Amino acid sequence: MAKKVRIPTPLRKLTNNEELVEVNAGTIGDAIVELQSRYPGIKDRLIDETGAIRRFVNVYVNEEDIRFLENQKTALKDGDEISIIPAIAGG
Amino acid sequence: MRALKCRECGREYPLAATHVCEFDFGPLEVVYDYDRIKKSLSRSAILSRSQNMWRYRELLPVANEPTVGTQVGFTPLVRADRLAKALGIREAWVKNDTVNYPTLSFKDRVVSVALSRARELGFTTVACASTGNLANSVAANAAAAGLKAYVFIPADLEQGKIVNSLIYGAQVIGIRGHYDEVNRLCAEIAGKYGWAFVNVNMRPYYAEGSKSMGFEIIEQLGWRIPKHTVVCMASGSLLTKIQKSYQEMTKLGLVPESEYHIYGAQATGCSPISTAQKAGLDFFKPVKPNTIAKSLAIGTPADGFYALKVMKETGGAAEDVSDDEVREGIKLLAETEGIFAETAGGVTVGVAKKLIASGKIPAKDSVVLCVTGNGLKTLDAVNGHAGRPREIKPSLREFETILHNESATAA
Repeated sequence: MAKKVRIPTPLRKLTNNEELVEVNAGTIGDAIVELQSRYPGIKDRLIDETGAIRRFVNVYVNEEDIRFLENQKTALKDGDEISIIPAIAGG
Repeated sequence: MRALKCRECGREYPLAATHVCEFDFGPLEVVYDYDRIKKSLSRSAILSRSQNMWRYRELLPVANEPTVGTQVGFTPLVRADRLAKALGIREAWVKNDTVNYPTLSFKDRVVSVALSRARELGFTTVACASTGNLANSVAANAAAAGLKAYVFIPADLEQGKIVNSLIYGAQVIGIRGHYDEVNRLCAEIAGKYGWAFVNVNMRPYYAEGSKSMGFEIIEQLGWRIPKHTVVCMASGSLLTKIQKSYQEMTKLGLVPESEYHIYGAQATGCSPISTAQKAGLDFFKPVKPNTIAKSLAIGTPADGFYALKVMKETGGAAEDVSDDEVREGIKLLAETEGIFAETAGGVTVGVAKKLIASGKIPAKDSVVLCVTGNGLKTLDAVNGHAGRPREIKPSLREFETILHNESATAA
């Protein structure tokens, strides 16, 4: 079984409106590379010029922010769910 | 208003219900035609209008007359001499949004804009992710406007904040998790359902409502920008909008250009922005919140970068206080000025005290404290810390015994 990536609305133009796509990568960094090979342009939306995840992009693995894990090196296992979410204002 | 514009890359978007740039996820912000506004907005025009936040209507992002929250704002700016003395500063003012209409917090400002705009865009269901005050305000204002409301909150919020959303008939969903988790879920729900989420897809409009607090401070001070302003920070949005309000009033020639400093206040148990500011960083590290100041408990503050930038640009600073200091701040404000603030207000007072004591805010100057919400909503936080009433029989003798003991203790 692969890992599932939930695609946020602003990126769905790149994924032909797919909300949920599957990847086989072993880490978050590799998952982004894999997404880029299938949906060209997606990497630039997520990664800045220094190679870091853009500051207004939050990435979660099974509901945990990857900044509390190992960022792009965070390991993925089968069945994991990855969410990419824009930062939200306060409440 | 002219368009939405990405704060990161400057790309422009139409004035729709959308909040992030498709290219870099940067937040979108409303841009205005200031040359045009300058023609209709003067001090005398403002003074001729009703005393509510809409007297600055040209600088708020609605296309037509507002239809929701038309009575919101113009809360008192209180000259706080007794508080100033206790804080050790020459002069202090409290911008008292504990009595904002109708739900007793500054959130009524942002919600009236967001819901007025949501109606203009044709929405009939509104929603929000909230630490409490926003939920209260969305629930109440949606009820009055006949809109359907869904509010999403952390399930462990103060009872007062929960009841204050339920009573208006809103659909209240308690999430077992902290605010950042509520936010994440709401981002996913907002992407799936076509609702006006006030702090998600309506955020560019919503956030602008906060500027009205700054406009009012300027007007109520006699058309001048305060030299020092202390603002509590959750996502950091209010702090950035206070600066924007000062900038816009200056740009429009309504106040002379002057030097000002903006300071951010957080609770130590959730202080990603103040920690970064004190370390001299321009980025923050997310945290997992643990504080009684639940209305400020956002571990991944969306406007944290911009809040840091504002403090840097204006020569301000940030500070944070412990839960005990938050309670002391609440008590100090209540005992000196008769204003009962919620925990966020305790944070603002506690931080102001620290900044004055350390000399970052000079004792010879004047400071404005932005107090954003009412203490009646967070009774849990101070219950047991404010003393207890003493019970007696309806007997004069018993009363006089207490009185005698009291004066003996006082002596």
